[in-house]
Parts: sequence; C-alpha cells; structure tokens
Amino acid sequence: MDGAVLAPAFDVERIRRDFPILSQTVRGKPLVFLDSGASAQKPRAVIDTMVRTMETAYANVHRGAYHLSELATAGHEAARAAVARFLNAADEREIVFTSSSTAAINLVAHSYGRGVLKAGDAVLISEMEHHANLVPWQMLRDAHGVELRIAAVTDTGELDLADVEAKLADGKVRLVAITHMSNVLGTVIPAGPLATLAHAHGAKLLLDGSQAAVHRRVDVQALGCDFYVFTGHKLYGPTGIGVLWGRMELLERMPPFMGGGDMISEVSLERFLPAPVPAKFEAGTPPIIEAIGLHAAIDYVEAIGMPAIEAHERALVDHAMAKLSAIEGVTLLGHAQDRGGVFAFTLDVAHAHDLATLLDRTGIAVRSGRHCAEPLHARFNVESTCRASFGLYTTKEEVDYLAEALVKAREFFS
Amino acid sequence: MFDDLRDLYQEVILDHGRKPRNFRRLEDADRHAKGDNPMCGDRLELWVKLGADGAIADAGFQGRGCAISMASASLMTETVRGKTQAEARELSEKFRGLAMTGTCPDCGAALADEMERLQVLGGVSEYPSRVKCATLPWHTLNNALDNRTEDASSE
Repeated sequence: MDGAVLAPAFDVERIRRDFPILSQTVRGKPLVFLDSGASAQKPRAVIDTMVRTMETAYANVHRGAYHLSELATAGHEAARAAVARFLNAADEREIVFTSSSTAAINLVAHSYGRGVLKAGDAVLISEMEHHANLVPWQMLRDAHGVELRIAAVTDTGELDLADVEAKLADGKVRLVAITHMSNVLGTVIPAGPLATLAHAHGAKLLLDGSQAAVHRRVDVQALGCDFYVFTGHKLYGPTGIGVLWGRMELLERMPPFMGGGDMISEVSLERFLPAPVPAKFEAGTPPIIEAIGLHAAIDYVEAIGMPAIEAHERALVDHAMAKLSAIEGVTLLGHAQDRGGVFAFTLDVAHAHDLATLLDRTGIAVRSGRHCAEPLHARFNVESTCRASFGLYTTKEEVDYLAEALVKAREFFS
Repeated sequence: MFDDLRDLYQEVILDHGRKPRNFRRLEDADRHAKGDNPMCGDRLELWVKLGADGAIADAGFQGRGCAISMASASLMTETVRGKTQAEARELSEKFRGLAMTGTCPDCGAALADEMERLQVLGGVSEYPSRVKCATLPWHTLNNALDNRTEDASSE
C-alpha cells in the first residue's frame, strides 16, 4: 500500500445502532434492508434534529422579525451552507432547495429548457436514465420543439462515450443530462471526461446525483459539471427536500419556474421583479424542517467521512459481485468497471415479484419491477428485475444472507 | 426458509405459473382486451370466443408476468369456459373479493364449484402488494366483455 492512506476505522455495528429502524424484525426475522437506493433509513441524529426543531425553533422563514422566525431562518440558511460545503460549491447561493431530485430536474427542464434553450436545440440524455431524467425532457421536446437525443449504453452497462461524442458532433446539443450513477446498473459514469466532451461541443452538463451523492464525495467544481441534483431522503435525510446546484451565471440567466411568495423582490398588480438567486427559484414556504433534517444528515455522513463510506461500500460491492454472480441462475444486469452498491438481477426460475415476496419472508427488503427505468429494462430485454441496493449500514453478512436466500429461492421454484 | 410461503405458492399455482393452460391466441375471437400493470411489468392479452348463445365458448391468453398473474390467468380461462357472460362477471366480482379478503362469503351460493377452484389464490390476500397480480386477468376479462379498447390495469 505504497503511499496509500488508510481509511478511518469504519465500525458498521456502531453505525447500525444509530438507525433505530434497523433493530426491528420483519415477520419474525431480523430486517435486512437492501432498498436504500429507493430511500434510505434515517439515523437518530436526523430524527432528533427534526423533532427538536419543531419543538423549539420552528416558524416560517424569511418573514417574521421575531425570535422564532429568526431561529428557523438561521437553521434553514445554515442548511444551505452545509449543502454548499458538501458539494464544494463556489457560492452557497448556488444551492437551490427543491422538494426532490425530480423537482430539481423539472426546474431545469422548465426554466433553462424554455428560457434559455431554443427550438431546434437538442438535449442529450442516455438509455440508463431514471424516468425523472427522461420524462421532463420528453415534455420539453413536445412543448418547446427541443430535440431529444439518447446516448447508448453498452452491453456491459457503461455509458457509450463514442456514441455521446457522435451525438454531440453537429453542435446542436446545448445540454447533456445524465445520471452520475445508474439506479439500476450501479454504473458510475466518467463525469470528468463527459464534462470535457460536452463543453468541447458547446453543451452544458447536468448530472443526476440521486444515487451517486450518497456513495462518494461529490465536488461539483472538480467534476466540471454545470448542474448537479440530489435528494435528501436517499442521503439518510428526510423526504420532501432536494437540491439543485447550478453555476451562478446559469442560474442568473434562468427565468423563475414557479411563481409565488418569497421569489419576488417587488410585486404590483401589474408586474413582478424576481428575487435574486436562489430565492427566485424557491416560491412558497420551503421545506424548512426537511432542510434542517438534511443538514443533520450531511453532518452525520461527514462525521463518518465520505471516503470511509466509499471504502466500506467498495468492499461490499466487490463481495456482492463475487457472491451473487456465482449463484446458478442469477444474472446481474451490468458489469461496469466503476460501480456503486446497486445490483439489479434476475433469477431464471422466478419472476422478480415472486422472488421479492420470497425474500420478504426472510426479512430481506429488495425492490422489484423496473425501478423507474423502463427503457433500460427494454434495452437489456428483461421484463423486470429485483434490485438490492446498499447503504452505509449494509454488512457483508447481509450480502451473504441474500446469496443464501437466492439459492433457497431457486430450489423453491424449481 | 420459505415453508410458510406454501400458502401462497401452492403447488397448483406453481404448476399453472410454469405451464399456463390456454396460453394461445384465438384467431377467431369475438372479444379481445389487453391488461397491463406498468409499474410491475405484468402484461397479458386475452381472447374470448363466444358461442351462438352468447356464452363463453373458449378463452385464451398470452403474456408475461409473475407466477401469481400467470396462474390466475390460466385458472381464469379454464373457469370461465362454458359460462354465460353474466356468470363470468359474477365470478370476476367474487374473485376480486376473494383476492382482497381471502374469504368468499357467497361461495356456498351460485358458482360454488368454480370459486372453490379459485380458492388456491386466496392466499394472495396476505400480500397486499400482490393482490393486483391476481386480479389483473379478471380486470382484463371485464374489459373484453365490455368491448373496452383501453388496457385494463389493477394498479
């Protein structure tokens, strides 16, 4: 290990004790929660922070000149600063709070899509997008005459960079919107080279970090992207809070998305003047408690350390890869070189739903279906899959238990 | 590991799931409908041939889905053959009750034998997320009999 820095000690058992829900049993069996990719469980620190806020420091923000409102406003804005640090944003005003990743992408599709892009411009996405990064662009195409192009995914589940380049070649693509990590294949895309490629062809890059931001350190400046979105509830925080980061000069050029209170600097019966970024994009009462909960979640993962979380998960992914691919009848979707803790698979003798029902009886929670990525399932010619996805609290023993259950499930259905 | 699941996955269901009966397109069908649960990916196409008296002379289906949905479609096509359209609708109604509650209070009355055959799917009521798999074929049958052209869904 020449020159390598050892990861700080990562005590998964201690971490598991921070998550109250993990100690419960399901149908008499210990819970083995392998659906963190859909939504992660919450540590005590997040739960307590949100309860304490409601009990002691809650009022609407940016409005009242009274003590409680000032407290809540300070908490809300401290959350923005925490997110800015988490993403290494150059300016905390570049952090826009939304209700989810979906809402953040819709904001860009609506505001940048209709306010900056012109009919005849093109947007490039990929075959492995979550519906949240597909449908808003289809809607933009249909409403605004923007062309939608789709970059191919290779048979091993990687983003086909040659195809990306071919689709950028005529210079019509003004925005590339791609997942940073596939919620089905686990593939982590090469964000740096993609940013270089996009910029060389005059396109901006939006990365959907819903999965990636949970599993590894994200530095938006180092990545070189122009927009980055992620959601609180997959990062051990609450539902109802998402983040859009955008470069200041882009956010300033973009018209407001939703109109309402808090997003104006001046309003009369005839007209309004939008507020500066980020308030311009935050109409209405924001998810205050949720933003403060997200702050607590960020503090939680940062105290453990994103590099330590990444190292733990990398070991788990390698273990799961070896373990699951050795089971007869199990086929994994995607074998990307760089991947995170998400495994979609099929079992030859059982449909994904039947398998998920069986696994549930053993206490294992996996998702079954198409995971909001129907075109990707069509691409790999599978009707549906089961998906096991890991969190920082997932253990090697849980992966072994899943493998054992899959072997037994195959016997059951054969 | 899965002993208690035998209530849901009875041998009859596994058998019909693996080797669905009447898994064929009826070229001369009088009624036709598609069923689709897009969230989970269960999909089927149903054909019904009516006799001169309007009763169901034959029923066939094709599709892809979980063992529960395939077994339910298979058992349904067997059960409704020879029934009048009114009887088929009544079975559909009773079956949905069975799938949701696990019991069939009216089963002592008309169509008791048919409902007894379908009883093997009653275990699905213990699995709320799976009830829709069992009822999709019956929703599709209703659409076919009503001549409705939109896809049936039980999601």
